[in-house]
Amino acid sequence: MRTLTRLVILLSALPLAAAAAAQTHKNDRNAEAFAALKASFAAHGQAGMDRLDQDKTQALCSTYAPHAPPAKLASPLQTANRDSVKYPADGKYLGDWKRGQAIAEEGKGKQYSDDPSKPSGGNCYACHQLDKQQIAYGTIGPSLYHYGKNRGRSEAMLKLTWSMVYDMKGYSLCSAMPRFGSKGILTEQQLKDVMALLFDPDSPVNK
Amino acid sequence: MRAKTKQHMFWLAIVVGAASSFTASLVWAQAATPADPVAQYRAMFGDDNPADLWVMRGQDLWQKPRGPKNVALAKTCDLGMGVGKIKGAYAHMPRYFADTGKVQDLETRLLTCMVRDQGLDRKAILKNRFGDGDRKSDLEALSAYVVDASKGIPISLPMTHPEEKRAYAMGKAIFYYRAGTHDFSCATCHGQSGKRIRLQDLPDLANANPEAQKTYTTWPAYRVSQGEVRTMEWRLGSCFRQMRFPKLKYGSEVAIDLTMFLAKNAEGGEMAAPGLKR
Repeated sequence: MRTLTRLVILLSALPLAAAAAAQTHKNDRNAEAFAALKASFAAHGQAGMDRLDQDKTQALCSTYAPHAPPAKLASPLQTANRDSVKYPADGKYLGDWKRGQAIAEEGKGKQYSDDPSKPSGGNCYACHQLDKQQIAYGTIGPSLYHYGKNRGRSEAMLKLTWSMVYDMKGYSLCSAMPRFGSKGILTEQQLKDVMALLFDPDSPVNK
Repeated sequence: MRAKTKQHMFWLAIVVGAASSFTASLVWAQAATPADPVAQYRAMFGDDNPADLWVMRGQDLWQKPRGPKNVALAKTCDLGMGVGKIKGAYAHMPRYFADTGKVQDLETRLLTCMVRDQGLDRKAILKNRFGDGDRKSDLEALSAYVVDASKGIPISLPMTHPEEKRAYAMGKAIFYYRAGTHDFSCATCHGQSGKRIRLQDLPDLANANPEAQKTYTTWPAYRVSQGEVRTMEWRLGSCFRQMRFPKLKYGSEVAIDLTMFLAKNAEGGEMAAPGLKR
């Protein structure tokens, strides 16, 4: 009888233990990949070896990929990303859409082959449709054509969009979209210019 | 292009032409749209691939005695199919080699043979790993020659040695590893089907599927934009640069493990390299 009880306890604990083991295994994989990467890369140009270090968001998303991490692990990180958003000091969200267009077209920036003294591009067209005239757009992200026209320019909408461009991981932790503000890819002025591309009534995005 | 191959291509063209006479004009119309500049390049070159020049130079490098030890690779180098045998070798790589105790891809295996068997200087070879105009790469030429000898042979990896299995598992973990200023991993662009970056179609390389086959089996390739034959080592390094990672070391563990993962997902696909790319 006691043996049977032990067996029942043991069996009921098995799935839990298996789940824990799977998790450890996944973490180990990611840690092993990191070790292999450290041994396989060399700092070059502006890309130092610290580029291989993962922050918590990158580590969690990598560990569970191609699946989404469990909500209880993802949501605190998502909150942290959302809290990292800095809104423009002067309260003005919109810059110059023409400069925004140039930023959306520019694919260079942060590669070891790029000149670090030059501002980075946003490369928005790599993944999004924006201006109807530009047919060379990617489809990894949704179309942003008529973005402002469809949504209006309320303070709440401007603030929401700013926070998404600044740090999309605050909304979708493992999104493919870079964190243009949080990771310092674009400056505050550049973000304003991209915002103008999305919202200005004269911007080709809204034509 | 060798006469025999040309003859094959001729008969292939006749058969394919007859079989698809109704759809040919449709396919051509598709290929000629501005959305597919690579198809335009292919049409421009016809049956001729400039990579043939690399294949010929590679054949020379393979067959002639070279280096301080004055031996030919054809007499000493084992790419996994036996000494001097190149037919199908690339279709069964990366693989574990007992003499080095390592899983090696084609480029690192060639390097082993050139340094150990021919006595050539490793540093000098690696300095010219990527050719540039008049400064030609022996590794690119040799790769083109060896790969050409796998044309039509389906990818099939041994995957029996524990180290080969480890390399595959590690390659998969590396494929999903997100890092850097942009949070990119290989999977960001190559984790799903049906997407494109700008106008470039993005193949799904995360799973075993025909897109993964088509991509892997057409590398190494003559890159029109570079005017050079580039190998998988170059391709991976270029991807990591765009991912904003530091510089991938040639012949590194990551390069080999990732190649193993990509090759495994391409299994069953018939080799069609050297290919022709934009």
